[in-house]
Amino acid sequence: MRHEPTAASLSRPGGQPVGAPSAANPAANRDVTTALPEAPLPAVQAALAPKTETRAPNRLRPLLRWESALVVALAATVLVGAATSRQFLTSANVFSNVCLLYGELAIMTLPMTLVILAGEIDLSIASTLALSSSLVGYLWQQGWPMPGVIAFVLVTGALLGWVNGALVTRLGLPSLAVTIGTMTLYAGIAEIVLGPAIITNFPSSYTTIGVNPLPGTGQLLSFSAAVFIVLAVLFGVLLHATPFGRSVVAIGFNKEAALFAGIRVKRVKTLLFMLSGLTGALAGILYTFRLSTAESDNGIDLILPVVAVVLLGGVSIFGGKGSLAGVVLAVLVYTSLQSALLLTNFNANGLEIVTGGLLLLSVLVPNAGQLASRARSLAGRRRLGVAAHAQLKDGTP
Amino acid sequence: MPADQGTPTHDGTSAPLLVVEHVTKSFGAVKALEDASLEIYPGEVHALVGENGAGKSTLVKILAGVHPPDRGVLRLDGQELALPSPLAAQDAGIAVIYQEPTLFPDLSVAENIFIGRQPLRRGRRIDTRAMHRRVVELLAPLGVDLDPQRIARGLSIADQQVVEIAKALSLDARVIVMDEPTAALSAYEVQRLFGVIESLRSSGVAVLFISHRLEEVFATCQRVTVMRDGRRVLSRPVAGLSADELVRAMVGREVVERGAADQAQGGRLVLEVDNLTREGVFVGVSFRVRSGEIVALAGLVGAGRSEVARAVFGVDRYDAGRVLVEGRPLKKASPAAAMAAGIGFVPEDRRLQGLVMELSIASNIALSSLGQVARFGVVRRGAEQRFASDWATRLRLRYGRFSDPVSTLSGGNQQKTVLAKWLSRHPRLLIVDEPTRGIDVGTKSEVHRLLVELARSGVAVLMISSELPEVLQVADRVLVMREGRLVAELGRHEASEEAIMAAATGQVEVLAR
Repeated sequence: MRHEPTAASLSRPGGQPVGAPSAANPAANRDVTTALPEAPLPAVQAALAPKTETRAPNRLRPLLRWESALVVALAATVLVGAATSRQFLTSANVFSNVCLLYGELAIMTLPMTLVILAGEIDLSIASTLALSSSLVGYLWQQGWPMPGVIAFVLVTGALLGWVNGALVTRLGLPSLAVTIGTMTLYAGIAEIVLGPAIITNFPSSYTTIGVNPLPGTGQLLSFSAAVFIVLAVLFGVLLHATPFGRSVVAIGFNKEAALFAGIRVKRVKTLLFMLSGLTGALAGILYTFRLSTAESDNGIDLILPVVAVVLLGGVSIFGGKGSLAGVVLAVLVYTSLQSALLLTNFNANGLEIVTGGLLLLSVLVPNAGQLASRARSLAGRRRLGVAAHAQLKDGTP
Repeated sequence: MPADQGTPTHDGTSAPLLVVEHVTKSFGAVKALEDASLEIYPGEVHALVGENGAGKSTLVKILAGVHPPDRGVLRLDGQELALPSPLAAQDAGIAVIYQEPTLFPDLSVAENIFIGRQPLRRGRRIDTRAMHRRVVELLAPLGVDLDPQRIARGLSIADQQVVEIAKALSLDARVIVMDEPTAALSAYEVQRLFGVIESLRSSGVAVLFISHRLEEVFATCQRVTVMRDGRRVLSRPVAGLSADELVRAMVGREVVERGAADQAQGGRLVLEVDNLTREGVFVGVSFRVRSGEIVALAGLVGAGRSEVARAVFGVDRYDAGRVLVEGRPLKKASPAAAMAAGIGFVPEDRRLQGLVMELSIASNIALSSLGQVARFGVVRRGAEQRFASDWATRLRLRYGRFSDPVSTLSGGNQQKTVLAKWLSRHPRLLIVDEPTRGIDVGTKSEVHRLLVELARSGVAVLMISSELPEVLQVADRVLVMREGRLVAELGRHEASEEAIMAAATGQVEVLAR
């Protein structure tokens, strides 16, 4: 069932199973913190980010450009994939190497998108998945009925998210630090709940949804992929068409202005973390049924690919800027690329480089224009900034 | 006329040590200093006073080497002096002590004083003992007892200033500029600082002392220079000068004609602020605002006016007291509750607090009314634009497209956008904090007219403004704050620039009620 952990898998940011779909790689990269991208603290980023440009470009245009770049990247990946392997465009590959493998990852990018747009981050979502998986196994073993297990785990997931939200909003701690803490904490609780046990005796009525294609989708979509599609639509509407989503964006761009506009900043953020926990729990349940296995470290190494894909989707790590469509496209680019590489028996080290390169690109490219213009106007800005400061002190307009 | 009466009237026994000659400095379109001059003699404490925005801080920054002047020269001992950098100012013997010094918190007092210039002994090791001895020698004449080995963290601001002064002396500073050093000190600490200043003076150092408190000017300074609108309007020995003359020189301008004298007849009570206290910021603030009335909160920058407004609106917490809107107590620390009670708040800094610069004009206007532009929980873009266009038209907002980011607008139009955001909620009470800061004259008078019209239509308006002409022109009643307290309440007929400045600087206390 299980691969022996290799040296490569220990530091691979994705930590995705490379081999057969059912082969989880639980030993990969337990110490997730060491592989964190070199991102400065959100507060520092906020200070660095030019929040008050006098002439900001039309926000939609660069966004559209980024999304069209993703479409091009997707097309290129598909073409190359199809050219290098005859299996690539088969429904078997799409089903087992894309949908099945990456369903939970994809689902977790959705709440992560909203959390990052609000200027925060939730690094504990994969640990929430692991803890949820352990709880499913433990409670099932204790003889709970499965619907009860599912309900309990979902509620617990929302609660775990609430803990993150409370620590961030009530104590004013940076979410990067808080969720690094809870990432380890929740993973630790998962180990306490289940210990070294591996629970596999789940009823087949549940585990079949994990391995069989959803009926009526032409053998293409897994249950988790269908859940992703439905959730993507829901999250898209939530983000782009509701007052809540508007609040999230406003908070991400300018927390203080949002507060002065009467937006309940703390409540919105707490809800986002709860949504993240709830979705993480859902992913945990799906993960457990897919592998028919509850284990304390299930999916724990998904956290970095989740963040990487969200950033690849054009979501600004500084908050505010980004769209759900971009993230959905990034999910498609990432998963098709991974499956193409998988089929060509790409060297594991090389796979790692591709993932890392994508992450870097996704941070560099959207900010390239900004970085260049920042360098250009640095001198001018500095003068202006000092002037503005002097005026503030002076009280003159 | 505020012509330059700045002929130095020093006793003439010595030549001036530092001379600022006809210095002009602009920041963009704003002239911070215009042909400003100043002479400081050795062994004198020279006061520099003026209203907010008179140009004092800019002058300090020029002396500190932070800003180069656009025109004009500085002379030290008659020699022309260029100060391209803070280091150059330090080398020239000019030291600036800021209101809140920035020491290295984890280093000792001695290390802070000698940072980067520690006395060395053989092998380039720091000679700690010599360093400590020097600190004791520096502090002794100042009459201050401070352990050189003490870590700077936790030192009072007064002690931190002393450390900075000792550092200045260790650098052989001949001119020490103190930018509002007493603002954060207790009465006892102020007295001690005066002692330090006196010992500096008697040792021949020239001190430029900036303060908002006129009583301190009379207590410690030999001469005073008054600045207004970037120019010097007066330079005279303090002896023989009255507080009245000083205030008049600071205020200076012709009293502005008041608007139509439609004195608001007490409408219904909208806002009651009762003994509001936020520790260390403001204490026991009580006032009322009635519908149809414009009440101004005047005072110097830092007097706690904005902080009171923020506490009322719920952006900040408060420790004691209460706020009632139309007789009902308002929930603490909840802007949403304040909005539900009918309060609107145009904050001080429209770029950081009033607007989300990256969002569109329409989104910004609708941001506080999202419930109104959504149906079945979905925001409709069309509804949002229709919603925004109503007030945009009424306020004559000039824009390209509603979907443009609000950052593309001019300052005046940005301010109109903030106003539109709140007016579209039909507030009972509108709080405006510096409503015309940094906007052009035309828009300014539009905003004034708007505030008067709003009041006429029954809205209660609480306006915070540092511009006295604006206060006098628009307000029915003026509340003056000083150092976190409400110190005066002036009716329309009692209010004058002199009366407000006198209360704001602590010359008179006309206690409300």
